[in-house]
Amino acid sequence: MPQTPVSSDSAQDSQDTITREINQLHADYAERRAAGAPAEDEVALDFAPYRSSILRHPTKDPRHVDPELIELTSPAFGHTDVGPIESDLTISERGEALGERMILEGRLLDADGRPVSGQLIEVWQANAAGRYIHKRDQHPAPLDPNFTGTGRCITDSEGRYRFITIKPGPYPWKNHMNAWRPAHIHFSVFGNAFTQRLVTQMYFPGDPLFPLDPIYNSIVDQDARDRLVAEYDHELSSPEWALGYRWNIVLNGSKSTWFEAEGDEA
Amino acid sequence: MNEETSRVALKPTAGQTVGPFFGYALPYEGGPEVVPPYRADAVLLHGVVYDGAGAGIPDALLEIWQADASGRISKEPGSFNRDARTFTGFGRAATDAVGHYQFSTVVPGPVTEGGAPFIAVTIFARGLLDNLYTRIYLPENEDANARDPLLASLSDAERATLIAVRDEDGNLRHDIHLQGEKETVFLEFRR
Repeated sequence: MPQTPVSSDSAQDSQDTITREINQLHADYAERRAAGAPAEDEVALDFAPYRSSILRHPTKDPRHVDPELIELTSPAFGHTDVGPIESDLTISERGEALGERMILEGRLLDADGRPVSGQLIEVWQANAAGRYIHKRDQHPAPLDPNFTGTGRCITDSEGRYRFITIKPGPYPWKNHMNAWRPAHIHFSVFGNAFTQRLVTQMYFPGDPLFPLDPIYNSIVDQDARDRLVAEYDHELSSPEWALGYRWNIVLNGSKSTWFEAEGDEA
Repeated sequence: MNEETSRVALKPTAGQTVGPFFGYALPYEGGPEVVPPYRADAVLLHGVVYDGAGAGIPDALLEIWQADASGRISKEPGSFNRDARTFTGFGRAATDAVGHYQFSTVVPGPVTEGGAPFIAVTIFARGLLDNLYTRIYLPENEDANARDPLLASLSDAERATLIAVRDEDGNLRHDIHLQGEKETVFLEFRR
């Protein structure tokens, strides 16, 4: 690998440099796999092509512990916290958001395939032009006054969620010269245990920016990357109104499944 | 992925960084106030989140989850619309321009008899590709802390990264170092 860059936010490197580093790290993983190492399903914390990670990843191995009771339970959210209209990002008091309207549905599951019901999902995203409403976003693309790009919902008894939104555009960032993020929606999810807390990003099928993006590629396993990509579902599309995408979220296994399975609400 | 999901081992969805723009989506009014700061038993829990160069991280987000003062774990919703009565046990705070965070909360009691109480913490930040877990133990619980399996397994320097200190005003001060000499002990949970 080339020498480690000193500044975590310098936009000096070319896309070629970043792509070469990504490909090298993926080749290293392929070698580990070929030597019999297990699949790496989780994101790497130390992934230098994502320059901001250089000074922000722990260098020591995490300490393995048995979770305690507080960690095997989760904060509760309910309809006192989240109203039903918060899952529709396309409506505002003044009018409708611009862009390609989409229905996004899926299920929140644990590693045994059990639905995670009554839990909170929060989403945020850029608008159709690839611009976030956040004041730090300097991308000279139009803001949409009718689109804030934030939504919330509580999963139903089958772990289902459903958002109505606009397909986000790709947006430029300063990781390196001419850096563009693939279109994505940020997801923040609570499980049945605090240890299942997940923040991730959902992508769209066939994005040409995939091979170039250091964040997406920080998951070195192709199957694990594929699990972050929604599926276009024509059955879910609504005639003359919106396109349907489906994406399931699977939380890691937790001893809380035992805890909860014992079934008392006390 | 499809709907063939019952009773099969599924691969987990990998994490991705919270990115730079969570600030208009995740923090919310009252998020850092697990209990109102005017309550007699309220304690200020605060500190700085540092990167490997010793700079405060201005775009980090902390969440805490804890029992109440008697050690009871809440199952109450209401963290987004706090009513000043219900203890939900959950708090969320973004760091400010110099990496400082603060919560208003109560000192948790032991969840199990004789156990060392702690505040469970998870950390998100731009540049941090997945959330990290750690714990904040209380400095006054010396005996229980000495018996705690995690704390007992650590060197003195490591242990110090998990125990808050009382500052001169009686607040709980707890810094978090993502990297470097004082790197905080982060946790991976056995399943």
